[in-house]
Amino acid sequence: MSSEPMLSIDDVSVAFTDGGGLFDIFSDSETVRAVNDVSLTLGEQETLTLIGESGCGKSTLGKTAIGAQQPTSGTVRYRGQDIWKARNDAGSASIPFDEIRSALQIIHQDPGSALNPNQRLRTSLMIPLKQWYPDLSREERVERIHTLFEQVGMSPPDDYLNRYPHQLSGGETQRAVLVRALLLNPDVILADEAISALDVSLRVEMMDLMLELQELFQTSYLFISHDLSNARYIAEKSGGRIAVMYLGEIVEIGSVDEIMENPQHPYTKALQWATANLYDDGGDATFPLRKIDVPDPTDLPSGCHFHPRCPEAREVCQRQHPERIYIDDEETNYARCFRADEQHEYWNSPEITSGSSVDSS
Amino acid sequence: MSNTDTIVEVSNLDVTFQMDRGQSHVVRDVNLDVARNETLGIIGESGSGKSMLASSFLNAVIDPGVSTGKVMYHPEDGAPVSVLELSDSELDRFRWEEVAMVFQGAMSSFNPVTKIRTQFRETLQDHGRDIPAGMDRAHELLESVYLDPDRILDSYAHELSGGMKQRALIALSLLLEPDLLVLDEPTAALDLLMQRSIVTLLDELQTEYDLTLVFITHDLPLLTTLADRIAVMYAFNLTEIGTTDELLYNASHPYTRALLDATPDLNVPVDEMSIIKGSKPDPVDRISGCSYSPRCPIADDRCRSEEPPMMTVRDAHESACFYYDDAPDAVPISAAPDERPSSGRTTATEGRDN
Repeated sequence: MSSEPMLSIDDVSVAFTDGGGLFDIFSDSETVRAVNDVSLTLGEQETLTLIGESGCGKSTLGKTAIGAQQPTSGTVRYRGQDIWKARNDAGSASIPFDEIRSALQIIHQDPGSALNPNQRLRTSLMIPLKQWYPDLSREERVERIHTLFEQVGMSPPDDYLNRYPHQLSGGETQRAVLVRALLLNPDVILADEAISALDVSLRVEMMDLMLELQELFQTSYLFISHDLSNARYIAEKSGGRIAVMYLGEIVEIGSVDEIMENPQHPYTKALQWATANLYDDGGDATFPLRKIDVPDPTDLPSGCHFHPRCPEAREVCQRQHPERIYIDDEETNYARCFRADEQHEYWNSPEITSGSSVDSS
Repeated sequence: MSNTDTIVEVSNLDVTFQMDRGQSHVVRDVNLDVARNETLGIIGESGSGKSMLASSFLNAVIDPGVSTGKVMYHPEDGAPVSVLELSDSELDRFRWEEVAMVFQGAMSSFNPVTKIRTQFRETLQDHGRDIPAGMDRAHELLESVYLDPDRILDSYAHELSGGMKQRALIALSLLLEPDLLVLDEPTAALDLLMQRSIVTLLDELQTEYDLTLVFITHDLPLLTTLADRIAVMYAFNLTEIGTTDELLYNASHPYTRALLDATPDLNVPVDEMSIIKGSKPDPVDRISGCSYSPRCPIADDRCRSEEPPMMTVRDAHESACFYYDDAPDAVPISAAPDERPSSGRTTATEGRDN
């Protein structure tokens, strides 16, 4: 269509503020910056995996990317069209908001609660088609659903379409939800921990299916996971990149090789440590964090947000917030850590020796 | 089998549930010894019976489940206790003071409407302990799980993150100085970094408080970082048991080997990852012969008709497979190195002589 990337996210921040409640009038309102100054692009048929701990903002960033959450600042564009301008000022938009919304789909973490328990699968799957393609006849709608069911290996389709969600296994439910997202022929699917609830043995199968369908439908994926081994599997098989999030920021982004073989950020290394391998000889048994718990997101640490937990933190990390330090020539992959810059004053900065690891926040 | 090193001795243990469609047999004839101060891991798929086996250690299988057989608990000094024969009041004392259990889902283990402090105090009170001394121990325990004691004790459960709640629960379980701690999936539902952190902590706690740990999980990589020995359960039977090292480098049951091969490993090329084919049996149906035979690549007529007993592979390594010698060649593991590292893994009990 154009040379614009499918999705581009520029300097996006999302903040949530509590307060305003009846009983809160005397207390200060607290702001959580769930996403902080993130820029990303996602091309045609590209896969980007986002990893990070619970509460790091990866779901919020994902929802912002597909236009389900309005950013506090910054822009999200679909094929060059600002999503929120299209919604709020329909007259000036080159792509209508409805078209954007149907092009950007989501699969949730818990597939069970994504389907109406009182409706047969057939009804749940027909509704989005009726909504977005009112011109299709009933037969055409049924045919489209049947074709997709065959493709995800749920055959014969009628067997499944007459069931209620509770009559499906976890893997079948997840595939049905995937079919529903694909019915609208989306350009991007946000898979938010889509396989985390499945048994370990089913995860590889589900990821393979998603990758197969990606070839077929030329979909881009934004794949969110807290598990580095899943992220690595899907990124490596699709040739995609991995982005590591910590407290609302992307602290490192790179190819599978860069992230797995040569991680720059100590947090990426900690995530790797957490993904234990069976046949590692237990060589790096030292705990890679100084504190176990994530700091309070309403009161972010000064300087580098990771410094209170970072085993490599030095004095400069307490006062200076690291900018992106690019590790490739095209300036797409970077780490937000002074250690990625060999010239940085970090290397002459005194080490922090207050070693107390008891959580005092 | 009884000797002074054993803390729990399980013999001929069965757990059954009476259901409308027949008797559900969820633990079948398990024999198992737990050594004092070891960390024993019990691994198996969901529904393999591993939680029921562990619950029997405290006679805590929920109604209408029935445990039969024998579970002997050997206190450090004093007469052995037959756990399945204890009266309710004896059980009340036995649990928490001798054996404590941490369940999956710390979210629901704390009372949502009282502060954590109250729950520590009530536990002391119910067991007739001195409260000021007990609360001092609570402070010490909370600090040893890297929590700020005053802040945690003054919180309600919903004010803590999942990882904090789980650690607070571990501290609570150690309040009455049990010798044995049974942990049922204590890290499920937490993210990986917190899981690994908690396992590291448990290792520290074990040394500090002289504990015996029984750790139940379906997460093999996590378990191998902590356990001295691993027991594998498949379809309600114990199928293999051995030191962590033996199981990793010389697994001799086809199921254990398939499980090792199916475990995601960051070092294995993505194309070589595999899955275990077939599905697990129903607890009501009784499979004749070896329960793994329908899924096993080397099963023959003997396996389908005769149930394999536990057989000694070497030393304390046992496998319930007639062809334990052939299993390593028949089921290769792509992540396993060709040679076992000469030094081996160092686990917690090595060098401890008791």
